[in-house]
Amino acid sequence: MTKIEAIIQVSKLDAVKDALHEVGVEGMTVFEARGHGRQKGHTEFYRGREYTVDLIPKVKLELVVADEMAEKVVQSITTAARTGKIGDGKIFLSRIDEAIRIRNDERGDSVL
Amino acid sequence: MKNLIIVCLTLAMVCLFAAGALAQMQTTQTSTANASASVSNDAQSARFAELEQKVADAKSAGDNAWMLTSAALVLMMTGPGLILFYGGLVRKKNVLSTMMQSFALMAIVTLLWGLVSYSLAFGSGNSFIGGLHNVFLRGVGAQPDADYASTIPLQTFMVYQLMFAIITPALITGAFAERMKFSAMAVFMVLWSLIVYAPMAHMVWGKGGLLNASLGGRFPCLDFAGGTVVHVTSGVSALVCALYLKPRLGYPKDAMPPHSVVLSFVGACLLWVGWFGFNAGSALSAGALATSAFVATHFGAAAATVGWSAVEWWHRGKPSALGAISGAVAGLVAITPASGFVSPMSAIAIGLAAGIVCYLMVTRVKSMFHYDDSLDAFGVHGAGGTLGALLTGIFASSAVNPIFKNAQGRTLASGLLEGNAHQIVNQLVGVAIAWGLAIVGTVAILKLVDATIGLRVPEDQEMQGLDLSQHGEEGYYWESPA
Repeated sequence: MTKIEAIIQVSKLDAVKDALHEVGVEGMTVFEARGHGRQKGHTEFYRGREYTVDLIPKVKLELVVADEMAEKVVQSITTAARTGKIGDGKIFLSRIDEAIRIRNDERGDSVL
Repeated sequence: MKNLIIVCLTLAMVCLFAAGALAQMQTTQTSTANASASVSNDAQSARFAELEQKVADAKSAGDNAWMLTSAALVLMMTGPGLILFYGGLVRKKNVLSTMMQSFALMAIVTLLWGLVSYSLAFGSGNSFIGGLHNVFLRGVGAQPDADYASTIPLQTFMVYQLMFAIITPALITGAFAERMKFSAMAVFMVLWSLIVYAPMAHMVWGKGGLLNASLGGRFPCLDFAGGTVVHVTSGVSALVCALYLKPRLGYPKDAMPPHSVVLSFVGACLLWVGWFGFNAGSALSAGALATSAFVATHFGAAAATVGWSAVEWWHRGKPSALGAISGAVAGLVAITPASGFVSPMSAIAIGLAAGIVCYLMVTRVKSMFHYDDSLDAFGVHGAGGTLGALLTGIFASSAVNPIFKNAQGRTLASGLLEGNAHQIVNQLVGVAIAWGLAIVGTVAILKLVDATIGLRVPEDQEMQGLDLSQHGEEGYYWESPA
């Protein structure tokens, strides 16, 4: 099993969600997040005072899929979330040892 | 022949008697007619008196309706107007404590006004402060006071003026936001109402006040709705508080942007509407002068919004929402003393000037001197009020409001543009007294409160936020169960 964590632009969430449903992903968890990579923040002015906002609103998706699905999922996310500009986000993959369904103690790929 | 003579004589006598009787009858008839005429005259004059009374009652009812409405509008400026305006400008952890300060003043100042401060402000006294004749509102009832407002109950006048006494200290809270103890704030404001507000209101508006323009003051200072009494005193006291209390922890290094410009936006719009009660209500009647003040107020606010936004757009590249609403408030402040004396075009000039000057005050002057006037009470109210008071001396027009008359009742020039250069001096005297009283009074009160209960919350409480440390609540309780 592979965990896919994708940090994407807020405005791309709907496109990514649709793309994931198309490749057969059934579940995901979405977080509203703040952060920055190489993308610099922006400047705001309140009554002449300057504030640099370097933590920018982002969306983070977490989903765990069967290993053979992982590459397909990554591709659908990158295609849907890409604008080609700085700030499009990142995807991290990691290995998951086990998955358990709380309702009935079911284990393994069938839980996903 | 003899018979003929007798007949003639008899006839003559009859005629004489008849004539006499007729004459008498005529006289009687005339006197009867006279009597009936005088009866109908009495009825008529009684009717006239009755009609006059009814006309006076109708005028009084109209004036009173507007003045009660105005009183409610001015209270609305504090709550929710200023409460939202200031509440949105602070950080999330201090939203309730900031709102609570102004709201508490709505209650505290009201009680104080009833007990003593109305009497100190508007009771008969000397040139500087009223006496104690009206403590506990003694003698303040349905009967109008001809010196103040001859067509409305004195009680209406009293409650209308109370709303000004509430918002004035509430404005100061913007300067020490996010760091003053609630208890210290309450004590400070009670003393401030007595030591700074009451004398200033008496000098400008009270009977025999030193600066009163319509009731024979030594230096007739034109202040229609409280440029000096409300905005200069509160703005200058705010500056003193900001300097005395020192900046908030982390200022100016840490970012402290407003937590909700949305709240401030709604508050500013309510302030604009409420200000019609503040300025047009200061006519103390519902006639043409109220209309004139209403119009000047509106035009001043509009011009200042444009002025502030234009400078900001040019200077920063964008016209901000917070800038637009700050500009509107600055314009409303500056037009306050002038509102009942100037034409709409003069109001536009005053508004434009206020928008630009106040923009420079909060963006440039504040950072130059490193004081933390957290919500710009001085930059907007102190600077805008001072500017407005001085410009009133320039733009005041006797055509709008013939306030100065000579002994023969002829109208005299009001402002500099009409040729009354001396009015600038009177305005300067008024402004100087307001500055002086605010500085001396506020420093003395701050020292006293600092020495007894302390002014600032401890550092850990300031970091935690005043909502929790002072009131045990949070404005936004995110973890509330579903």
